Amino acid sequence: MATLRDIQRRIRSVQSTQKITRAMKLVAAAKLRRAQERILAARPYAGKMKELLGNLVAGADGAIHPLLEQREGPRRQIVIVTADKGLAGAFNSNVLRRSLEFVRSSNTQEVTLVVVGRKARDFYRRRQWPIKRDMLGFWDRLAYGHAQELADYFMQQYLGGEVDEVYLIYNEFRSVALQRPVREQLLPIPRAENGGGSGAEVDYIYEPSPEAILGDLLPRHVRMQVYRALMESLAGEYGARMTAMEAATKNAKEMIEVLTIQYNKARQEKITKELLDIVGGAEALKQGAEA
Amino acid sequence: MADALQLEIATPVRLVVSDMVDEVIAPGSEGYFGVLRGHAPFLTTLGVGELTYRKGRDEYHLAVAGGFAEVRNDKVIVLADSAERPKEIDRERAERARHRAEQRLGGRGQEEIDYARCTAALARALTRLHVAGRPH
Repeated sequence: MATLRDIQRRIRSVQSTQKITRAMKLVAAAKLRRAQERILAARPYAGKMKELLGNLVAGADGAIHPLLEQREGPRRQIVIVTADKGLAGAFNSNVLRRSLEFVRSSNTQEVTLVVVGRKARDFYRRRQWPIKRDMLGFWDRLAYGHAQELADYFMQQYLGGEVDEVYLIYNEFRSVALQRPVREQLLPIPRAENGGGSGAEVDYIYEPSPEAILGDLLPRHVRMQVYRALMESLAGEYGARMTAMEAATKNAKEMIEVLTIQYNKARQEKITKELLDIVGGAEALKQGAEA
Repeated sequence: MADALQLEIATPVRLVVSDMVDEVIAPGSEGYFGVLRGHAPFLTTLGVGELTYRKGRDEYHLAVAGGFAEVRNDKVIVLADSAERPKEIDRERAERARHRAEQRLGGRGQEEIDYARCTAALARALTRLHVAGRPH
């Protein structure tokens, strides 16, 4: 049986943990709002870009850009995006598990890994997979420049013939409470993304040629895809942390309740025992006096 | 004659302008072009320069760099790598960028790719400084 003092100490410890989880929840909620606003702010550009891309690919007949070309090569680059920090529920482990399946199902001789976020780096380092490139510690100041740097690196390798395809694995932000690990083909740019367009052929005046414009547009499309993935992952991380910390705060509250009841019970028992002792003592004295 | 053209200027990080305007003059990669109502469908890449749009008698200016512009059905859509209004421009930063670019271009033994980047950086800095001097 724990002593009164032990229980009190535990209650205090759980209370201070609860303070921390509550603060973390509030911080995550504030950051989540900002991250969501950024996703919304990027939409007009991304949407229009996609439409233009569709029109251009339809317009530029025959002229296939290297970034669109489907190669049959086996060298696969896998990009895994996680957070730098934990305490976000299953956020990191879900995407890591998903990525590990994919990495294992690929031909190991031909796979190169690029890890974004400290959790992904640690995970693959522990398993002693060679890591081609990592990118860490930038999440708090995520900017378009980071996406550009990564995307340009992928394109440079792809165009240089070092890799034949590039896949992104990251957490997609579905809602505050729901993030889902997804796998997307980044390079070559999948056909589904560049087909279609607005349907109605527009007879544009092109300046310079459609092919040249396409050559300018495709790299920006790839950068935007990477930027979007990073933003989704960031918003997802905050969402997951917020949910996890809310649950932790609730658990702490329940724990405090249970401990308080235990404390009261123990206190009651102690008093009863003391009373019994006093009564017993008095009884003994009385009997002693009678004898 | 207001409300002749719909203008939208977006960058990867935000929507900068969404407005009804009378005239747009933008820096295409092949030279500046003007758009009025009834312009033919037009698609171009953007260079570095000053984008001007007019609403009635008021002119507005932005420093833009890289990207695309599409003109279709009296709608002008500009997707720029960057687009800043005069009061959003950090003059000191642009001044520093200009200084740096000029220093590098003045030096010797530079590689070809550095030269291109420096020239582009200088053009961006000069555009920013120019646009920063505009009232709005």
